Amino acid sequence: MKEITELSISELQEAVKKGELTYSDIFEFTAKRIIEEEKEVRGYISLFLEEAREQAKKADKERNNTLPLAGIPLAIKDNIAVKDKPLTCGSKILSNFISPYDATVVKRLKSAGCLVLGKTNLDEFAMGSSNETSYFGPVRNPIDKERVPGGSSGGSAAVVKYGGAIAALGSDTGGSIRQPAAFCGVCGLKPTYGRVSRFGLVAFASSLDTIGPIARTVEDCALILQIIAGYDERDATSVPLPTERYLPLTGKIRDLTIGVAKEFFTSALSPKIKTVIEEAITELGKVSKGVKVISLPHLPYSAACYHLIAMAEASSNLARYDGVRYGYRTQVHTEEFKKIAQYEDPLQVFYEKTRGEGFGRETKRRIIIGTFGLSKGYYEEYYGLGVKVRGLIKGDFLSAFQEVDVILGPTTPTVAFKLGEKKDPLAMYLSDIFTSIANLAGLPAISVPCKRKVDNLPVGLQIIGKPCAEKEILEVAFAYERL
Amino acid sequence: MKYETVIGLEVHIQLNTKTKLFCSCPVGFGERPNTQVCPVCLGFPGVLPVLNDNAVRLAIKAALALNCSINPVSTFARKHYFYPDLPKGYQITQYDQPLAIQGFLVIKGSKIRIRRLHLEEDAGKLIHTPTSTLIDFNRCGIPLIEVVTEPDLTSPEETVAFLQELRNILRYLDVSSGDMEKGHLRCEPNISLRVNGTEGIRREIKNLNSLKNVFEALTYEITTQRALLEAKEEIVAKTLLWDEVEKKTRPMRTKEEAEDYRYLPEPDLPPLVIKSEEIEEIKKTIPELPAERKQRFVSDYHLSEREAEILIKDKEIANYYEQLVKFIPDYKLAASWVINEVAHFLNEEKISITQFKISPPRLSELLSFLHEGKITQRQAKDVFFKMVKEGKEAGGIIAEEGLAIISDISELEAIVREVLKEFPSVVESYKKGKKTVLMFLLGQVMKRSKGRFLPERIRDKILEHLG
Repeated sequence: MKEITELSISELQEAVKKGELTYSDIFEFTAKRIIEEEKEVRGYISLFLEEAREQAKKADKERNNTLPLAGIPLAIKDNIAVKDKPLTCGSKILSNFISPYDATVVKRLKSAGCLVLGKTNLDEFAMGSSNETSYFGPVRNPIDKERVPGGSSGGSAAVVKYGGAIAALGSDTGGSIRQPAAFCGVCGLKPTYGRVSRFGLVAFASSLDTIGPIARTVEDCALILQIIAGYDERDATSVPLPTERYLPLTGKIRDLTIGVAKEFFTSALSPKIKTVIEEAITELGKVSKGVKVISLPHLPYSAACYHLIAMAEASSNLARYDGVRYGYRTQVHTEEFKKIAQYEDPLQVFYEKTRGEGFGRETKRRIIIGTFGLSKGYYEEYYGLGVKVRGLIKGDFLSAFQEVDVILGPTTPTVAFKLGEKKDPLAMYLSDIFTSIANLAGLPAISVPCKRKVDNLPVGLQIIGKPCAEKEILEVAFAYERL
Repeated sequence: MKYETVIGLEVHIQLNTKTKLFCSCPVGFGERPNTQVCPVCLGFPGVLPVLNDNAVRLAIKAALALNCSINPVSTFARKHYFYPDLPKGYQITQYDQPLAIQGFLVIKGSKIRIRRLHLEEDAGKLIHTPTSTLIDFNRCGIPLIEVVTEPDLTSPEETVAFLQELRNILRYLDVSSGDMEKGHLRCEPNISLRVNGTEGIRREIKNLNSLKNVFEALTYEITTQRALLEAKEEIVAKTLLWDEVEKKTRPMRTKEEAEDYRYLPEPDLPPLVIKSEEIEEIKKTIPELPAERKQRFVSDYHLSEREAEILIKDKEIANYYEQLVKFIPDYKLAASWVINEVAHFLNEEKISITQFKISPPRLSELLSFLHEGKITQRQAKDVFFKMVKEGKEAGGIIAEEGLAIISDISELEAIVREVLKEFPSVVESYKKGKKTVLMFLLGQVMKRSKGRFLPERIRDKILEHLG
């Protein structure tokens, strides 16, 4: 028999039905992997193993369970609310916060029968590309523990990779699902903006944020997406259209034209990755209608545009962490506080100290830049300009999709880098250069592991689709996976 | 020097919705602190706002009644500042694309232009104790509309009249209770003096929770600014607080306001699109407004401007009046009774007309007796008080107490004859031209009939006999 990690969710369900496996077996397998790997990888911030164990036993008792995720252990990124569980966002400022409610996606996953194993580590408030900015310490890439797993959903990608969960939820604002999926050699899908409810996702950049699955197979991504996607009245930006049926996947892409944007293949892209991606495109070209080179002329501006918008929105979204109602609060009774508050407005001192002590360095950097970009006299030059360029990028895609059905390219410019390697924040920001365009244009995109590795490290192939065309990108990814 | 007063208003009005603007928490008043709250209005991590459709409908209704044009597309924005009563660190409001623009109200013949009307959420409330500050978030997220006028108002009197008319309209529309004491209508006037046609420095006044305060604060500020100008002192733009006890304004902030709210288009809410059919539908629900009603009362019921004005001030009282005149066609009499007896009674009892026990048909019965001259005004008042105290009907009380002025002409006839017979010498002197003796005869008849006849009737009857 195959290993548990070699089976897809539907195969696992099949095996349980046939009596070859129990849900407890699946749970115990993941629990064992967690115990073996967590000391180094640190993919989880919190774990609920005992609770999950009981749920697995219960699922075993209800044998005729037909729920699609019955007994399947999942991990949830720790910026997505799970009722009565910590919701830290990898930040000191929320390190003691327990969510009083379930995110819509979590509610849907629970109704589908899943076990929530734990909450996964992330860059603080999902701001980062290496998972090094978490208050709870960095996550290590299970493939090479000297390397980063990518970010910000680094914990989710890492635990799925080592078998510490069957699948996980991540969030993607500029590449935070796809980039760690690529670095860890798993699949990660960022849906169309509004396709999956954001209710319960702690906002980083509201107009770019999405929730999506990270899993070992394309099919598992499709299954999770099927469950979490769809209109939610609690999210006013959610798309009021019915969800397509993503499963079963056929891999038949004969009538799809593949687009290749030349702007992806610049000097920023590692030549070795370039070769691997070109091979993948050639192979897919053979089973599709054909390959066409297109242009996304504003792609070179996407990183700048993305950061202007994301930081401005972040500065607004993070204003609520003030120590007044919940979360970390500075000690107002200390001598130091009293001393300063004598000369300055005590309320101002309270805010400055709470936020100064509660947020990490990168988060503060982004709040300050974002605040600046929204200030009187600078709005038009910064945030306003970002919004304009965003419109141009959307236009680029609109015309590109007149000619092609999906656009292929690399997920990342490099393979997983070493911990501590990128000290310059600007260099770090460039990790998003191929992914953030999909967020700016609100388009669905998936990263699947390429057949060939680079220096023994995985490479991600990115497939970007038309709005709400998740089915198409899943089919292309599935076709590639089966080649 | 020629001084002209220039006043503009910013008015915040709480909408009459059952739930808050962006969550389903109930809107109450006087509930225990922090009981009408949820993760959304408390700004917990991960929550999103969902717009209350009913609040939009009420805001459109108000905008239409204020003659505004509704923007087919309006947007929400975040207004940022840190304060403990503001959970998200920003208020969701409307900024560059408000719900409605360019309206007006006519106040005593002058057109007061309304610049804009927009939707926004209220903040919580801080409660200061000697040792600490407490926060009540119940009010947080309650829907408000902000109405901003052009600086078209020229006096404290006109400002108060504008606010009265505005409040009345809101009440007629059922858009808001407009209660200033409860904070359902809050007004922040800005005032400056134009000197020989040159615009002055604007100062804004806050903390005005009654029309009386608005009037007094504006009057005070005019005097102050004028004194400063005459002393050639500089007027500094600042936000002032009205001190109700000291009856003066004092500056609110020490720091000069170069406040930057860093407005950001609200990414969590799509643009608010209002279809013209929707506007048409809401238009249909707008009832007759106070100004129109007043005109109708003057023309249909032949009331004076003043009478009509008093009646329409309270929508329910005006409704009561209209019910009443269906039963008693004496419009003037009905108006005088509603304005005087009924209104005084309500005032004394501190109840509203909807809690008033005497229904229009019941009151009309009493007024009919009066109208037909069967009882006197004084008697009617007594009967009225018995009605409200004892809950009896007018007819019953009148019969029981034998109050009814005897309509039976034959009885009056008999008494008049009796009196004339008894005082032939008096009759003689009248016939000789001594008209004043009529009063004596009248008194005699009244005495014998125990005041149950109207004096005019008696007088007529006596004259009839005396030829």
